[in-house]
Amino acid sequence: MTTIARLLFTALLAALPAFGANAVVTASTSAPDFTLPSLGGENVRLQEQRGRVVMINFWASWCGPCREEMPHLSRLYEKYRASGFTVLAINIDEDPLKAARLAQQLGMRFPVLLDTGKQVSRTYDLSAMPSTVLVDREGRVRHVHRGYRDGYAETYDRQIRDLLRE
Amino acid sequence: MRRHFPFLWPALRGALAGIAMTAALGGCAMPEPWVKPYERERLADPLMKIQRDALSAKHLEHVREVREGARGATGVQGGGCGCN
Amino acid sequence: MAAIERLRRAVWRVQRALRALGQRRGGARALPFAATAHVLGALGGLLGAGQAQAVDLPEDRAELMYHLYDGGGVRAVGPAVLVRKSLLNKVSLSALYYADIVSNASIDVVTTASPYRETRNEFGVAADYAVRDALITLSAARSTEPDYIANTYNLDVTQEVFAGMTSVSLGFTYGSDEVGRKDLGFFDSAKHWRYRLGLTQILTPRWLATANFEVVSDDGYLGNPYRVALVFGAAVPERVPSTRSSRALRFRVIGEVVPGMSVRGAYRYFWDNWDITAHTFDLGVSRRFGEGWLVDAYARAYRQTDSALFFSDNATAETLYVSRNRQLSKFDSNAIGTQATWTWLRVPGRYEVRLSGLLEYGKTSFSNFTDLRTGRPYSFNATVAQVFVSADF
Repeated sequence: MTTIARLLFTALLAALPAFGANAVVTASTSAPDFTLPSLGGENVRLQEQRGRVVMINFWASWCGPCREEMPHLSRLYEKYRASGFTVLAINIDEDPLKAARLAQQLGMRFPVLLDTGKQVSRTYDLSAMPSTVLVDREGRVRHVHRGYRDGYAETYDRQIRDLLRE
Repeated sequence: MRRHFPFLWPALRGALAGIAMTAALGGCAMPEPWVKPYERERLADPLMKIQRDALSAKHLEHVREVREGARGATGVQGGGCGCN
Repeated sequence: MAAIERLRRAVWRVQRALRALGQRRGGARALPFAATAHVLGALGGLLGAGQAQAVDLPEDRAELMYHLYDGGGVRAVGPAVLVRKSLLNKVSLSALYYADIVSNASIDVVTTASPYRETRNEFGVAADYAVRDALITLSAARSTEPDYIANTYNLDVTQEVFAGMTSVSLGFTYGSDEVGRKDLGFFDSAKHWRYRLGLTQILTPRWLATANFEVVSDDGYLGNPYRVALVFGAAVPERVPSTRSSRALRFRVIGEVVPGMSVRGAYRYFWDNWDITAHTFDLGVSRRFGEGWLVDAYARAYRQTDSALFFSDNATAETLYVSRNRQLSKFDSNAIGTQATWTWLRVPGRYEVRLSGLLEYGKTSFSNFTDLRTGRPYSFNATVAQVFVSADF
């Protein structure tokens, strides 16, 4: 390989970022309030969920890992809702119809909110899809998860249980 | 490349060395990702896919490579054959 | 701090690997295992740095295709099948079968030999493994004809960086062929090495660009045992160098201009040490129509502007190497094509079945290769057709 190839290669690999995202939303900050329309029709406001542990999940119809994660979230919702846990699934599709279709098909019982304008996504400064934010009963952000991989569901379970016990 | 663009050579080498140095030493002098993950809906569309059908691309690439002198850089990894 | 240290260490390992590669002059004929290990090690080190962004395994798919090529006296048809399934969300395995049933009455065959018919079978397997931001693909393929066996092994690594805005890929292919002639049996061999570097960059929410660079090195019997060259009008078996080293650089841009319609353009520059130079231009448009129709239209222009050093239509001197392989001559090839895809069954998030048909028409005109039957520069038209059904599940 010639020098140019070597340099190009090195430059490319050296340019790989070794930093994390500069998130506005980090653990132990107050979760920014928002009001969004839901698929059911009525508006849902984050502040009204005070007293409950809230999992804010950002998802989209075009995001594969989001679809994989949904059944796990449904399971966690059914398991802990009686103890004061709720899921707010914020969909960011440009076309809300896609969200509605997928929500019905995946059997999502928790509130599905529509952020077509991407305002809340910007406020929460999402750096990955899906993004999951766990908010405690006082409205403070406690955990932020970026992306979805195998094993995250167990982590969610553990963290929700800990937050509910507080 | 050197043979065909001799004037480019020293300039390119210098530029790349510069980038490599700055990136390695500067570390985080990179701009913020300007297309956020939640803005990638259009890019996830099958219309925007680089390669939609693997078999179709493989056949077309085979048809070309067998009849032309050029090969490579197409993004389709194929097998070989004695189709000289 | 730890991340920057990891980065520096990775870069140092990469440098060492590249130095090992560069050790071999003339196109790195044999990539030592150590160098590959270095490169993979460097990548492995980098996989540890950065945040956990999920990279998707390729989707599960089954594809069945029937393909046809008819041009210049050659007719090649056959089926092809691809099946891909992911296991435990960690590995995606795929298997491929591709057959070419060839009836060959091409210009070479017609003027210097007799038409023949034969079948080429190709089997391939691949495994894709997702590790955090990276996708590692290992694949192998075996192609068998009565007089040619080709074994190919590939390793590709694709890494998402810069919050998924950029994707860097490295690839390596090793090919080992057995060359034969119907009356002699297998008498020689050929080896091939390919090194690929690819970059995909998201430019805007609607545009992305890719750059690809590939080095190909060949060693061994690179000619055709049936082909003859003309020296002073007399037919002699062709004499082709036993090594070849080439490079190709390709730039491509894809963008959505209006909702439901995308355009793409690409340019590739090719050059090698046989003195061949080629330019390839691609243009394509894709558009959605109604409920479930997707139509693509494309045009391709290929210009081989320099023929191989030892290529000659009719040599007027005795040289060490001489070949009349029209593939190595100076020629233009233009083609236009269209593909229509209809989504037959669709359950979003579950499965989707599509039917597609492709039709391409092209013309190739040679400058320094003549048709011995007419004495004029040779040219031919070609038709390419495909029908296939794909199922994503």
